[in-house]
Amino acid sequence: MTISQDDAPLTTMKKGDTAEAATHTGVEPKGDTLFARSVTINRPHDELFAYWRDFTNLPSFMDNVERIDVLDDRRTHWVVKAPAGRTVEWDAIITEETPGEMIAWASAEGAEIANSGRIDFRDAGSRGTVVTATINYDPPGGTIGKVIAKLFQREPAVQARRDLRRFKQLMETGEIATSSWTIAQRDAESDREHN
Amino acid sequence: MRALTWHGKHDVRVDTVDDPEILNPRDAIIKITSTAICGSDLHLYDGYIPTMKAGDILGHEFMGEVVEIGSGSTLKKGQRVVVPFTIACGSCYHCGKQQFSACDNGNPADNQDIAQEVYGHPMSGLFGYSHMTGGYAGGQAEYVRVPFSDVGPIVIPDGIDDDKVLFLSDILPTGWQAAEFAQIEPGDTVAVWGCGPVGLFAVQSAFLMGAERVIAIDHFPHRLELARKFGAETINFEESQTYEALMEMTGGIGPDACIDSVGLEAHGMFFDNIVDQIKASTFLGTDRTHSIRQAIIACRKGGRVSMPAVYGGFVDKFPLGAFMEKGLTLKTGQTHVQRYLPGLLNAIMEDKIDTTFLISHRMGLEDAPKGYEMFKNHQNEVTKVVLKPGQTFAA
Repeated sequence: MTISQDDAPLTTMKKGDTAEAATHTGVEPKGDTLFARSVTINRPHDELFAYWRDFTNLPSFMDNVERIDVLDDRRTHWVVKAPAGRTVEWDAIITEETPGEMIAWASAEGAEIANSGRIDFRDAGSRGTVVTATINYDPPGGTIGKVIAKLFQREPAVQARRDLRRFKQLMETGEIATSSWTIAQRDAESDREHN
Repeated sequence: MRALTWHGKHDVRVDTVDDPEILNPRDAIIKITSTAICGSDLHLYDGYIPTMKAGDILGHEFMGEVVEIGSGSTLKKGQRVVVPFTIACGSCYHCGKQQFSACDNGNPADNQDIAQEVYGHPMSGLFGYSHMTGGYAGGQAEYVRVPFSDVGPIVIPDGIDDDKVLFLSDILPTGWQAAEFAQIEPGDTVAVWGCGPVGLFAVQSAFLMGAERVIAIDHFPHRLELARKFGAETINFEESQTYEALMEMTGGIGPDACIDSVGLEAHGMFFDNIVDQIKASTFLGTDRTHSIRQAIIACRKGGRVSMPAVYGGFVDKFPLGAFMEKGLTLKTGQTHVQRYLPGLLNAIMEDKIDTTFLISHRMGLEDAPKGYEMFKNHQNEVTKVVLKPGQTFAA
């Protein structure tokens, strides 16, 4: 038994079997890296779910997602920026869905980076909604690939945390905060991040 | 436009940079008419604040005229506004609780990482105050982009001079919040460490909140004289022993509430301070904290300590034992500026609070580097430097 005995989420365990933890978390095992990030958003869960479920909305706050093509109701094609100006692509398939509450997905066979995950929208009463992204993936190039990705700030856990903050900003304030003071600066900033 | 930019320790310059533009719907562009150098700008000037980059535009106390607005702004072109130094969205949980400096959304997503690592949580964005607090361009410039302009800026009625309302941007609400955090009860004796602008406003605020006595502590005679004008008793810590004086002046009880408005660059040749200076210059520890230690030791049993002073890092020799054994309460934080603006504007208009006494020097924007140098090196006479872009003043 590698599953811990306390009440902390399995995604915060110090050591253990990632595949088993992923399964217990409700995610199809796809690799040895598993993490979750939660953010509380001061909006109703139905509204947040609806925005997220239209996958063409996601690049507006996911900085490293170049585009998402909707292939059919369950299948999407993702084009994602990778370190050194590269892109990686995969098809994602919705494996489970509860309207207003949860979407789970897994990458299709042949994905450049095998990945799976779920996004939960849990009603938090007067605080709004707790949004939790749980992601399991197989880092390209194993641990070294992960270190390189981290150097380029493209480590998925860091990206997910920033993406969720941008999602929160967009949903709560109608815009995404920037400290640039000219349009040219803002464009240069996002180019720099993507190279 | 012209703007005061940071290039390193004791190196600030007025450069020509791009004019700001509207980037988000709720933005406004303000043409600056008055902008002050804050004591906390000296922390940047002295190189104490990490995550600064060469070319950063400084300044977080400013006001001016609305010249451009985004589709979501509620301001109108031509209005005069004072802008809070804290950038708050008005729609997150913390803004809903009026904890504006804890706003979830005022700091861009990528910049929040630094504060999350260091403090556990990211705080609101601040104008002109390092990249940890957002990397926003400040207001010591001809123009500034103001995000969330429908929430922060307060419109100033015609006929009220800039100099009367400029300090609504930071130091007046900061002094007011410091006194509020001291939870003053009628009959209280309140001790205030540091007679800089925040300390002097805390003195005025404490009396307005019902304090019977305020004891102000500093070593600059001119600043102590200003505190005395507002009715405070004074202790010059170079001439008297602060703890002993406070105890004798309060009949052995100690002050009911203590306000530390000195912060991370405390002056004075005290042993722990010298050790702190050595540590700060060797990066072993970053904050020099004599004033907060003394406030905790002097405070009466069961009393309150309020700390508006800016601290950024770690300290040791914090008198945790005294703090616990005496059952003190400590309240602190960056100022929730937006919370206090309407009430304080009224207090100014009704002449309950005097603000203009503070301004010792007025200069054009081009003279800003000289203003920093003077403020840094002549703190007795230079109580506040206000820059007026577009105006020139005789030397």
